Amino acid sequence: MELKRGIPVSPGVAIATALVVETEGVRIQRRTVDKSLIAAEIAQLRMALTKASADARENQNAISAKLGKQYGAIFAAHALLIDDPELVREIEQMIAQQNNSAEYAVSLVMRRHAKALESMNQPIFSTRSSDILDIEKSILKHLVGEQGDPLQNLREPVVILAHDLTPSQTANLNPKMVYAFATEAGGKASHTAIMAGVLEIPAVVGLGRLLTDVSGGDEVIVDGDRGIVIVNPDPETRERYLVLQKQSVSFARRLDELRDLPAETKDGTRALLMGNIEFPQEGPHCTDRGADGVGLYRTEFLYLNKTSEPDENEQYEAYLAVLRAMGPAKPVVIRTMDLGADKLFQVGDNHPHEKNPSLGVRSIRLCLRNLAMFKTQLRAILRASPFGDVRIMFPMVSTLMELRQCKMILADVKEELEEEGYAYNRKLPVGTMIEVPSAALMAEEMAKEVNFFSIGTNDLIQYTLAADRTNENVASLYNAGDPAVVRLIDRVIQAAIKHSIEVCVCGEMSGDPIYTMLLLGLGLRQLSMTPQNIPEIKKIIRSITIEEAKQVAQEAKRFETARDVNNYLREQTRRILPEVVVN
Amino acid sequence: MTDAMTGETCRLSIAITNPQGFHMRPMQAFVETACRFACEVSVGIADKQPVNGKSMWGLLSLGAEQGMKIIIETTGDGAAEALKALAEVVERAYDEVPEPPA
Repeated sequence: MELKRGIPVSPGVAIATALVVETEGVRIQRRTVDKSLIAAEIAQLRMALTKASADARENQNAISAKLGKQYGAIFAAHALLIDDPELVREIEQMIAQQNNSAEYAVSLVMRRHAKALESMNQPIFSTRSSDILDIEKSILKHLVGEQGDPLQNLREPVVILAHDLTPSQTANLNPKMVYAFATEAGGKASHTAIMAGVLEIPAVVGLGRLLTDVSGGDEVIVDGDRGIVIVNPDPETRERYLVLQKQSVSFARRLDELRDLPAETKDGTRALLMGNIEFPQEGPHCTDRGADGVGLYRTEFLYLNKTSEPDENEQYEAYLAVLRAMGPAKPVVIRTMDLGADKLFQVGDNHPHEKNPSLGVRSIRLCLRNLAMFKTQLRAILRASPFGDVRIMFPMVSTLMELRQCKMILADVKEELEEEGYAYNRKLPVGTMIEVPSAALMAEEMAKEVNFFSIGTNDLIQYTLAADRTNENVASLYNAGDPAVVRLIDRVIQAAIKHSIEVCVCGEMSGDPIYTMLLLGLGLRQLSMTPQNIPEIKKIIRSITIEEAKQVAQEAKRFETARDVNNYLREQTRRILPEVVVN
Repeated sequence: MTDAMTGETCRLSIAITNPQGFHMRPMQAFVETACRFACEVSVGIADKQPVNGKSMWGLLSLGAEQGMKIIIETTGDGAAEALKALAEVVERAYDEVPEPPA
């Protein structure tokens, strides 16, 4: 049994056979051969070794000529390793004694050697294990050929283990066959991680060295809740995880029963619970959980990993896909591009270096400096507007002037569409994110300009407390329960109520059960969150009265420190609903 | 490990001086040299089981780092000559691979 810790990026627990995906896509699945075929299998192995060795020699010559003898020598060493009679004997034994196929025997033996080297704990030797992987690949190439995408056409359930998966590889995984995945590289914010969440495949990333410890066919547990991967679990661990797997399914099922019930307090106050989504494929995740709409449709995916700006039709199609999933009656709030200049193709190239990008030209500031790009997005959103309850929202607005500029540009685009004869919703609701303290302080004035507010708590907290939560040295300052944050949120909600406009919270705070009573008590009636959180938040709302929530909010507002606020809210949440997991 | 039938066994203990340890390239030269002789070659290190000196995998598994001593033992035809040649390989200063060109 081997336990590894990484970063949990998509919740859930899964146990299945490992499918090791090499960077270059060679698959080594366990395969046994009939006794009568063992001689043939060994003959194949020898031929593959001969060819791989010849390849290495060829490389040696080519590289020596190109870069110098000392580099070529590395491949001479590879050739020697491939020709080594001890290696041949070892692999042949794996075939003859255990009926393993040649390719599986090769991968087993190579993993054993690579692991032995890594366990020496000497940096120089452990880098050599990459040589071994290289050799393995060169032998496998002659045994199984250069394969196409190994992730397609899976015939049995697997857990995928890889150094890294590209977002498109992840996106194309079949959740019916891929029970989970785990990667050596990657972080919480990587698009691979985000796609795992989208597909609802349990996933752990950033595990560090992993592949050398695993052979295709090993049993692997991926615990996406705790960020743990266990290779070849002992019987006790295996049993425990089988129970966990069942439990999480049954808890999910209980929450599932809430799907068609409204998010309504015991005394009849209705709240709207909506989903935050990043990709068009996520629309169904919202409807599956009985979401009242999409409260935040992030559009950054259209711009990321692109060499040029996404065209109008591509965007239009992406918006329509979500409208189709949500139907004509449920609101879909589309947020315009919210990226930093460094993330953008041609804009990024001639963009001057910024000392402090989170306070620099990003998001709406970037759009207002790249009007052609901004207008393309506005056109696409407007053209999609007749097909559902589309709403448009501007991110990172910090002054009234910016908001007015955005509205002027929107008016220009409407005029253009009018002239060109396109249909659009003339009463398209327009909203602004409130995520900069200046906007929160000017909420009264902002409220007169828009149809709705959406409070982006992630940025609001970061800018209010001047703390980056990914910086561990200051992360403790970043706290949704901080009285300064609570007061700003309160102020924004009161301004919206006063001017009779809608207001929603769309940051992570809205999906955290300890803040549900507070937000409701402050007067909020719309929350938008990761779709997976909707059932739990709904359960809380259905367990309280609005009077209770108001009292909790009143009390919480009296505390002077984040710690006191959070302790109090945690206690209240436990009192209402002991089974909810409160961090 | 002495083979009584062939009689001749030679042994030598050498310190690894290369900062990168007994790495790929000297190992490769070592194996190529060892294979030129008919005698058996074994290489040992402090508390580890000696390995076949004609096998890259064997040498790799030693993990011989700078400062460690390896014990080379040759047995059989040309044992003395082989030992001399192998000692030379280990002691030869191997230029480190410079950074690859950008």
